[in-house]
Amino acid sequence: MARETPAGDLRLANLTKTFGAFTAVDDLSLTIPQGSFFALLGASGCGKTTTLRMIAGLEEPTSGQVLLGDRDIARLRPYKRPVNTVFQSYALFPHLDIFENVAFGLRRRGIRSVDQQVRQMLSLVQLDGYERRRPAQLSGGQQQRVALARALINHPQVLLLDEPLGALDLKLRRQMQIELKRIQTEVGITFVHVTHDQEEAMTMADTVAVMNAGRIEQLGPPAEIYEFPATAFVANFLGQSNLIAGEVTGGNGNDILVTAHGGRFSVPAARARTNRGPVHLGVRPEKLHLVAGAGQVPAGCQYLEGTISDASYVGVSTQYLLRTGWGTEVSVFVANSGAQQRFVPGNRAVAYWDPRHAFLLGRRAGDDDRTTPVLDEPVGASS
Amino acid sequence: MSALAHVPTGSGQSASPPPAARPGRHRLLPYLLLLPGAAWLFLFFAVPLLQLAAASLYDPDGSLSTGYALTWAFGNYPTALQAYWPQFGRSFLYAGIALVLALLMGYPLAYAIAQKAGRWKNLLLVCVIAPMFTSFLVRTLAWKTILSDNGWLVGLLRDVHLLGPDGRLLATPVAVVLGLTYNFLPFLVLPLYASLERLDYRLLEASSDLYASPLKTFRRVTLPVSMPGLIAGTLLFFIPATGDYINAELLGTPNQYMIGNVIDSAFLVRLDYPQGAALSFLLMSAILAVVFVYLRRAGTEEVL
Repeated sequence: MARETPAGDLRLANLTKTFGAFTAVDDLSLTIPQGSFFALLGASGCGKTTTLRMIAGLEEPTSGQVLLGDRDIARLRPYKRPVNTVFQSYALFPHLDIFENVAFGLRRRGIRSVDQQVRQMLSLVQLDGYERRRPAQLSGGQQQRVALARALINHPQVLLLDEPLGALDLKLRRQMQIELKRIQTEVGITFVHVTHDQEEAMTMADTVAVMNAGRIEQLGPPAEIYEFPATAFVANFLGQSNLIAGEVTGGNGNDILVTAHGGRFSVPAARARTNRGPVHLGVRPEKLHLVAGAGQVPAGCQYLEGTISDASYVGVSTQYLLRTGWGTEVSVFVANSGAQQRFVPGNRAVAYWDPRHAFLLGRRAGDDDRTTPVLDEPVGASS
Repeated sequence: MSALAHVPTGSGQSASPPPAARPGRHRLLPYLLLLPGAAWLFLFFAVPLLQLAAASLYDPDGSLSTGYALTWAFGNYPTALQAYWPQFGRSFLYAGIALVLALLMGYPLAYAIAQKAGRWKNLLLVCVIAPMFTSFLVRTLAWKTILSDNGWLVGLLRDVHLLGPDGRLLATPVAVVLGLTYNFLPFLVLPLYASLERLDYRLLEASSDLYASPLKTFRRVTLPVSMPGLIAGTLLFFIPATGDYINAELLGTPNQYMIGNVIDSAFLVRLDYPQGAALSFLLMSAILAVVFVYLRRAGTEEVL
């Protein structure tokens, strides 16, 4: 396979797109290193698809640049860009068979002998023997792979994936996630993947950018974002967090002291996004442990007391809700490893955590505790 | 017949087998449903067609007053063709030119209504269909006024010297072709609209993403995807236009007469039934041949 000359990184510089009075993408700047698997994660309407369409050339930016290496491609027509897209709906050509669908890009660029490349690409996506089928004769997962092959065969410098797994059922989605990751490693092309599925983003991407209301809230490797979110939105969009409203009351060198609902807590300074004013003290549900009484809390740990208000058994874990004295329900996930005590609603219980697992976020004055995950809500609802 | 054979066993995908009870009733039901339509088709299409076929083989020397004898006079066919081949050729020529004109107008029109009209879509569709609310004859007579020697159109064309000072439109082949184009345009536009309306704009985006310029996208995606509508539309346009005689009658002269006019006069003026019937069959087989070749070349399995 003939490789294109290395193009360098994809950079978005002050990219903005407005539709009338609505700002879909707001002064977005980021660099996507060549060869990386990059995920744009966000709720529907956050601007992630618009960003992708601007890279593809299907949408013209209101202002800003799309740079491939040193070249600004923001105003090039889509058919003149070394960028290909795997569309959400696949958009396979219904009048062409699978072979011709995959060969489409090569033929439009005037390449005559496409046979070997098409077959090679079909075997990469494990669809050997499907050359003469029509798209309508294929299952969703197979169509998805044709869409991928049709884009990849052109050796684009950047491959854009717009919710490519959205139409597949859960099991197939898992399988395709692994498949996509394998193919990306194999071809080494920069993948930019748009999704609203945080698990999908974390499974596949080297770097995740969490978008909200046209801006990037946080960017980094999935584990880093998950373990130490930068904002309350990220904390509850990527997984779930218990965010307890409090105030910083001081610090003693390595720790920041927080008062929340009458209790006193501390967080390591390295795990704090702010060191003054109103804050959210955050702990992930799986970092909380349940015991019957405060006496059983190990030394060095901090805790909340309350009453179990709900217990749902979900197989690998049991998910408890602990109602605190001030009425907030805190989520606690306890792995069903067989060693721990079981609780039923009505039991008094204590949830404790290691302060090194907590994190501290800035809080707008007036914001209360936030313990429920952000659902796929329309843009603007949280800003 | 294969469609019928499937009916009693339920529609293809349904997994549940038909109930074993009352198999006789299930097997008969589709035929019973077909019966009224089939009877109608038999009485008012098959029987008259046979009658026409017989008439085309009557003794050409007979007449309405002396009566006709079925003498298997196959010679009626070459005789009719020899006498009227210019009108035959003219029918296909006029209908063909009208079809090209209609395509040049109708495709962009159908595309615009289907893909670009937005909330005006329904209004524009009504505009395409609205002329059908008045009679075909009345509309063609209106064209007579539009194209008349003292009309504004001829005046305008004379002023810009597209027509000579004595040039005219009425009673010329131009008038007949324009009339055909106008009268049958909706039959072309509506099926085209229906298939362009289903055209997914994301296919066009995908094509553009895959290095196809707008022109190549039209050639490689839009046109093939709209092919079923295009074929249906051209057939619905071409077949009646070829057999039409009103436009040549009202907008042309005997020099522009098409085969429809000849058949019309054979049956109603000259009372030469064998010749009228023979010409009818010749026209029908010629159209069938053209359609067959066309469908083979267009090669759309979706249509056939």
